[in-house]
Amino acid sequence: MADIQTHEHDVLVIGAGGAGLRAAIEASAAGVSVGLVCKSLLGKAHTVMAEGGIAAALANVDERDNWKVHFADTMRGGQYVNNWRMAQLHAQEAPARVRELEAWGAVFDRTADGRILQRNFGGHRYPRLAHVGDRTGLEMIRTLQDHGVHKGITVYMETTVVRLLKDGDRIAGALAYTRERGRFLLFKAKAIVLATGGIGKAYKITSNSWEYTGDGHTLAYDAGAELQDMEFIQFHPTGMIWPLSVRGILVTEGVRGEGGVLLNNKGERFMFNDIPDNYKSQTAKDAEEGWRYCQGDKNANRPPELLTRDHVARCILREVRAGRGSPHGGVYLDIQWIKEKIPNAPEHIKKKLPSMYHQFKELGDIDITTEPMEVGPTTHYVMGGVKVDADSQMSRIPGLFACGECAVGINGANRLGGNSLSDLLVFGKRAGEYAGKYAKDAKPTTLRQEDVDAAAKWTLEPFDRQGGDEGPYIIQQDLQDMMQDLVGIVRKEDEMQRALEGLGKLKERAKKAKIVGNREYNPGWHTALDLHNLLTVSEAITRCALVRKESRGGHFREDFQDKDAAFGKVNLVTRKGPDGEMQVEQVPIPEMPAELKQIIEEMK
Amino acid sequence: MAETATTQMVTLRIWRGDANGGSFVDYQTPVSHGMVVLDAVHQVQATQAMDLAVRWNCKAGKCGSCSAEINGNPRLMCMTQIAHLPTDQPITIEPIQAFPSIKDLVTDVSWNYEVKKRIKPFQPREPDAADGTWRMEQADVDRVQEFRKCIECFLCQDVCHVLRDHHKHAEFIGPRFLVHVAALEMHPLDTADRLEDLKDRDGVGYCNITKCCTKVCPEHITITDNAIIPLKERVVDEYYDPLMMLWRMIFPKRQPLPMVKP
Ligand SMILES: Cc1cc2nc3c(=O)[nH]c(=O)nc-3n(C[C@H](O)[C@H](O)[C@H](O)COP(=O)(O)OP(=O)(O)OC[C@H]3O[C@@H](n4cnc5c(N)ncnc54)[C@H](O)[C@@H]3O)c2cc1C
Ligand code: SF4
Ligand code: SF4
Ligand code: FES
Repeated sequence: MADIQTHEHDVLVIGAGGAGLRAAIEASAAGVSVGLVCKSLLGKAHTVMAEGGIAAALANVDERDNWKVHFADTMRGGQYVNNWRMAQLHAQEAPARVRELEAWGAVFDRTADGRILQRNFGGHRYPRLAHVGDRTGLEMIRTLQDHGVHKGITVYMETTVVRLLKDGDRIAGALAYTRERGRFLLFKAKAIVLATGGIGKAYKITSNSWEYTGDGHTLAYDAGAELQDMEFIQFHPTGMIWPLSVRGILVTEGVRGEGGVLLNNKGERFMFNDIPDNYKSQTAKDAEEGWRYCQGDKNANRPPELLTRDHVARCILREVRAGRGSPHGGVYLDIQWIKEKIPNAPEHIKKKLPSMYHQFKELGDIDITTEPMEVGPTTHYVMGGVKVDADSQMSRIPGLFACGECAVGINGANRLGGNSLSDLLVFGKRAGEYAGKYAKDAKPTTLRQEDVDAAAKWTLEPFDRQGGDEGPYIIQQDLQDMMQDLVGIVRKEDEMQRALEGLGKLKERAKKAKIVGNREYNPGWHTALDLHNLLTVSEAITRCALVRKESRGGHFREDFQDKDAAFGKVNLVTRKGPDGEMQVEQVPIPEMPAELKQIIEEMK
Repeated sequence: MAETATTQMVTLRIWRGDANGGSFVDYQTPVSHGMVVLDAVHQVQATQAMDLAVRWNCKAGKCGSCSAEINGNPRLMCMTQIAHLPTDQPITIEPIQAFPSIKDLVTDVSWNYEVKKRIKPFQPREPDAADGTWRMEQADVDRVQEFRKCIECFLCQDVCHVLRDHHKHAEFIGPRFLVHVAALEMHPLDTADRLEDLKDRDGVGYCNITKCCTKVCPEHITITDNAIIPLKERVVDEYYDPLMMLWRMIFPKRQPLPMVKP
C-alpha cells in the first residue's frame, strides 16, 4: 500500500504508561534507538490515574519492613499462584526504583525526619506505599515523562498499533495508524516491548478508560505468544456508584488506609464478621485497634477493611444481596467519623485525600468530610497477561517483551494495592534493559510485504462494509453488559457457557459493525477495530474461568466456593491453536526454591 | 435497587469541523441525574454522530484530556455536571481556541510538548545521605507539590490572552510552563538555573498578571500569585538588582550567587 510511512528503531515500546516510559528510558540508556508509541497524548495513560501509592519496602516508617516481608505479603495476596521469581525480584528491586524516581524529580510526601513517607494499604503488613496525597500516579508519570523526553526517545502520540509482524519466529515490526489522520505507520524493530495496560473496557462497571481494550494481550496472542491467568480479574471493592453516570470511578483504598470504615445500612462494620483464617493473626480485634493501626501504632493490627480486595469486594456484594446495602446498591464508606478522634478532621481529610474530596464534591454533590460515601465493586485490574520470563520479561516469541499490567506473573490470583506502580518500574526497567541488549545482538530482520498489506487491509476493512445496520458502540455495550452479568465477580458454569455462546454471536455482529465518516480522527472506526481485542480477551477470561473449578483471589465460583489444592499448583495458559481456536492448558507452577519457601513459612 | 434516574432532553450545540472550518450542529439527547457534559457527548457519539472526535481518558478530572469551551467557559467536560448548566437553552461545546483545530472537539496541542522539551530538566544536588537519598521537610515541598498537581489540561494556555489573542507562541511559554518552571526552580533539590531562559526565551515579561489562568485551573493551582509572580521577582532580583549586576560583571559566566534558591 502506498500510503505507509516507515520508521525504524532498535527497540519499539508500545505504551507510554509507567511501564512503557520506564522501559523506553532504560533501553535508550543502553544506547539503542528507541521509539515509543501510545494511543493518547503523552502523560495521559492510565498510570496518571493511580491514586494510593507505590509499594516498596523502604522501611522509612516501620523499620521492621524488608523485601522478604513484601515478598511474603505479595505471595499471600496472590494465593500462591504467583510467579515466585517475579514476586521476589519485585520486592527486592522496588525500593531502588522508587528512590530513582526521587532522583529524577518526584516529590513524595515526607516523614517527620524528611524521608519518603509511606502509608498503609490492604494486604501489606507494614506502611509501605510511597505516595503523594492521592495523586501518586500523576507524580510518577510526570516524572518519567519529563525525564524521558530528554533522553532522545522518539515519541509517536495518538498512534494505535494494530498488528505485530514477524520474520519467521522472531519479532520484526508492527503496523499502526495515527488517530489524527488515519495514516499508516510501519515500524521496523529488532525488539518490541508491550506495555499496553489492561482490559477493563470488557466490563460495564469499571475504573478503566477507553484505552483498556486488551490491545497488548491480543497483539501478543495473535502473534503466537501465550497468555496466562486470564481468569483472575480484580474487582476493586470501592468504586463510586451514584450518580449512575459516574458508576465505577475509583475511590482509592487510601480512604480506608486513613481510617475510613465500611458500614451497611444498619450502621454495622460488617467487615469484622468475616476474616479469613490466613489473615486472622494480622487483623485487628476491634475498632479501637484498627484505628490505632491507621494512626501508625506498630503494635496494632490492621482493620478488616484493609483485607485483600477480592475479599472485601465479596463481603460488600454479600451485604447488598442480603438487603443491607445503601439506597443505590452499595455500602457506605465513612471517613468523616474520624472527627471523633482527631481535631481538624475535615482539613486533615482534604490534605490526605484531596482528589477524593474533589471528585465527590464535583461529581456526586457529596462532602466526604461531613457525609459517608456510597461505594460498590468496580472492575479495576487484570492479573492475567502475556507470559514472560521473570528476569528478562521476554515472551516465547524471540524479541517480544511485555511489562506492566499487560504482562503476567507477580500478582497471582490477586494484586495488592500499590504493587502495580512498583511492578511498572521494576519490570519496565528490566524489559527495557533486556530488549536493548537483545536488539544490540540481534541479526537484522525483514518484513514480508504481504503481511504488511494484509494487516493494512484488515484495518481498513470496516470502511468497505455494506448493509450492516448497527454501529460498533452498541456491540461494545452489549459485550460489556454480558461480561458484567455472566463472567463478573461471582461466576457459575451455566452462565459462563452462555457467555461463550454470546461471544460467538458478538463476533459475528462485530464483523458487520457499520461505521461512518473518513479516516480522520474517527472514534467509530477505532472502536470497530478495538472490538477484536475486547472479544479476544473476553473469550480468554471466560474459557479460563470455566476451567478453574475452584475459588481463588479474583476468581470466585458460586458452584465451587472453596480453594482446591490441585488448582493451587497450576496456572492456566491460553494460546492460539493451529486451527485458530483458543486453547487453554493447565501448566504446573515450578517448584519454589527452599529459601523462598522458608520466608513464607516464617512470615505466616 | 438503584433509584430510577429522571431524564430530561437537552440540546448540545457541538462544533463540528476541522482546520478548514466548520459550524455548530445541534443534537438532542436525554440526560439523567448527575450526568456530565462528556457523558452527553459520548451519548451523541454512540447514537447520532459516530465519527464525532473528542479526547478523553480518565473521566475523573485526573488526566486533563477533555478540555473544551462549554458555553464559552474553558472547562473539563468530565467534571462539568449538566445539572449545573442552564438546560432550557442549548449547551454550546467547542474546542479550545488557543491551538489549531484537528477535528470537532480535538485540537493540536503538540506545541506544548515542544515547549516543555526546551525547558532545562531537573538537576538534583548531591544526595544528603550516604545511601544516596535526600532529606526534605514536608513544609519545603508543599509549594512544589501544588505546582505538580498540574494535569496538563492546557485550559490556562487557552485563556491567556498572550497566546489566545496575540499568538505569541514563539516568544511566550504560557502559564502552564511558567508553573512547570516554578516547580523546578522551587524544588528543594534542584540546582539548575533557568532565570535567563525565563527572561529571554520564555517571555515571562509578557504576563501582565490578569489572573485569567488561575481562574480556570481545574486543579486550583494559584498560578499567578504562587508561581508567576515569584518567578518575575527572581528575574528582577537577578537582572535589575545592583548587587546582582555587579556580581555578573565579576562572573560573566553566570555563576549563581550562593543561596539564590530559597
Ligand atoms: C483509578 C485507578 C487507580 C489506581 N491506583 C493505583 C495505585 O494507587 N497503586 C498501584 O500500584 N496501582 C494503581 N492502579 C493500577 C495501575 O495504575 C495500573 O495498573 C498501571 O498504571 C498500568 O500501567 P501500565 O504502564 O501497564 O499501562 P498504562 O499506564 O495504562 O499505559 C498503557 C499505555 O499503552 C498504550 N496503548 C495501549 N494499547 C495500545 C496500542 N494498541 N497501540 C499503542 N499504544 C497502546 C496506551 O495509550 C498507554 O500509553 C490504579 C488504576 C486505576 C484505574
Ligand atoms: S496572569 Fe499572565 S499567564 Fe495568566 S492569563 Fe494573565 S497574562 Fe496570561
Ligand atoms: S496549570 Fe492548571 S489549567 Fe494549566 S494546564 Fe495545569 S492543571 Fe491545567
Ligand atoms: S477525561 Fe481525564 S480530565 Fe476529563
